[in-house]
Amino acid sequence: MSILINKNTRLLVQGITGNEGLFHTSQMVEYGTNVVAGVTPGKGGEWVLGGKIPVFDTVSIAVQATEANASVLFVPARFTPDAIFEAADAGIPLIICITEGVPVQDMMRVRNYLDQKNIRLVGPNCPGLLTPGESKVGIIPGNIAIPGNIGVVSRSGTLTYEVLYALKLLGVGASTCVGIGGDPVNGTNFIDVLGMFENDPQTDKVVLIGEIGGTDEEKAAEFIETRMTKPVIAFIAGQTAPPGKRMGHAGAIIEGGSGTAADKIKALQAAGVKVARHPEEIPSLLS
Amino acid sequence: MKLHEYQSKQIFAKYGIPIPKGRVAVTASEARQIAEELGGRVVVKSQVLVGGRGKAGGIQLANNPEHAEELATKILGMEIKGLPVRKVLVDEAANIDQEIYLGITTDRAARKPVMMASAAGGIEIEEVARQTPEKIIKVHIDPLLGLRDYQARNIACNIDLSRDYWRDFGKIANGLWNAYAATDATLAEINPLVTTKDKRLIALDGKMLVDDNAMFRHPDLTEMRDLDTETRAETDARKYGLSYIQLEGDIGCMVNGAGLAMTTMDIVKLFGGAPANFLDIGGGASAEKVAAALRIILSDPNVKAVLFNVFGGITRCDEVARGVLAALDEVRPEVPMVVRLVGTNAEEGRQLLADANMITAETLADAAQKAIAAAKGEAS
Repeated sequence: MSILINKNTRLLVQGITGNEGLFHTSQMVEYGTNVVAGVTPGKGGEWVLGGKIPVFDTVSIAVQATEANASVLFVPARFTPDAIFEAADAGIPLIICITEGVPVQDMMRVRNYLDQKNIRLVGPNCPGLLTPGESKVGIIPGNIAIPGNIGVVSRSGTLTYEVLYALKLLGVGASTCVGIGGDPVNGTNFIDVLGMFENDPQTDKVVLIGEIGGTDEEKAAEFIETRMTKPVIAFIAGQTAPPGKRMGHAGAIIEGGSGTAADKIKALQAAGVKVARHPEEIPSLLS
Repeated sequence: MKLHEYQSKQIFAKYGIPIPKGRVAVTASEARQIAEELGGRVVVKSQVLVGGRGKAGGIQLANNPEHAEELATKILGMEIKGLPVRKVLVDEAANIDQEIYLGITTDRAARKPVMMASAAGGIEIEEVARQTPEKIIKVHIDPLLGLRDYQARNIACNIDLSRDYWRDFGKIANGLWNAYAATDATLAEINPLVTTKDKRLIALDGKMLVDDNAMFRHPDLTEMRDLDTETRAETDARKYGLSYIQLEGDIGCMVNGAGLAMTTMDIVKLFGGAPANFLDIGGGASAEKVAAALRIILSDPNVKAVLFNVFGGITRCDEVARGVLAALDEVRPEVPMVVRLVGTNAEEGRQLLADANMITAETLADAAQKAIAAAKGEAS
């Protein structure tokens, strides 16, 4: 078992003929992900990766032809909202958006529309999903994690890779790793994923990697305290970040005194979560 | 990106929100001329992108054009919270009856824009929120529908605005929503929105923040950026597509990924050092990007050592190491460099760098401590 993706995921890649799209498609296929189709408007009828994957002009034709049930987006930011609406209207229930830099007002429109249709979006500005040994959707390097019983959920990319890799070196594996992304308005937040891990028989413990900005970690703390039986270990990045400055991620900003690392750590500790002082402490807190 | 008061109010005016008559001046004589054109009393307002302008003496009332010139001379020579005043706005003075707050921002948790209003206008809304949160009315706006007329009426009613003003208030609330939506703002705020003795509603002061990610569709707003609010190095970094924020410490940090970059700063602090900056070089680490980042970090004279922390995932560590070596060849830094490479082919990468006499580290904690020691060695 795993969450969100597994061997039966039939993946569509939007923006498959771009540099990033093509490169990561080859990585996903190499990992064993079942990539069934790609979409690039104007390139329908072509094939990529040595004739293995058909390219369609529209998502709806691709879905009819291949029964894709998840879509990953490598589309430039200015075209991303439209690409998400297209996937949603074609009936795809799970959309993973890797693209960084989507305007926040676009994301509010996207999120409110998807909520009405009950469609799950992961991202944007995220590394995607990895169920080690089964399927990878997005850009998480496949070789840095092994299958196991730790669920990982994170707002960051490379910081998550660090943690997965440190666990692998100790022989500890992950059930699924979910990058929820660093934007202020996204599709999936901590509590959505925590709930899925709580219900997933393969997951025994959860690592949560948060950062400054917003109140998602505080909400997670409340959820962990009231709804979770599995232990959660956390790390929060940005303890030295100055207020009012956006630390790379659009969502990583301390505004009007709220969203500080100190507040988040306090809330998590109050909920019984062990919080690592730095990422290298995480493995010892798991044992 | 923050907009100045005068820029925000010009945008408001475009969307039908009444603003005071006035213009911006860069010299005191210009300020006098504007005051003469306006006649009567005027307000001379410093245009700097910080709060607390009034308290710092940057907003003053002038009785006549001579007085306006005198005040403008004084204000144009000021620095407010470290920022030089380069422009003043000269506005006709309003005969204020009541001061209201009206603003729109992003409610991250609700994933919707929220319009906020309060009868306690004129002071910072954060202050009102702390002391008397019940005085703030909040209305969420469906981003797919926009502000509805009834929502504006509800707000007017809830802040006890006299019925005589409801019609005008509705137009202003709607104008503010349109301005917010059309400019991809993350904040659009009128504070105060005043009622005057002659029964008008006017936006006396305005503030807007616009989404940096949306600049591709707002070339007109891009031109409004005030470079005084960022350091030269921050401006340069933006050109190269790097996220860089200058801090006060002496250990330059170069990292791939924003979360890992913040973590690197944190761990330097945890072991008793002080980071000189936040810098995310993004995915991969080409020689070109590393060289640009290194030049930017070294342009800060406080930097005594550089800590380079890269996780090699899809970009292998040996490739990253070659990029670093090529960049060093070009930039030739005089401060010690501590490099930590982790992930795919980390050992090969570390070997390449060790052969080039660089300090290498395996763990994050080790890297931070080595960088702190290196910075101290340089200082002594």
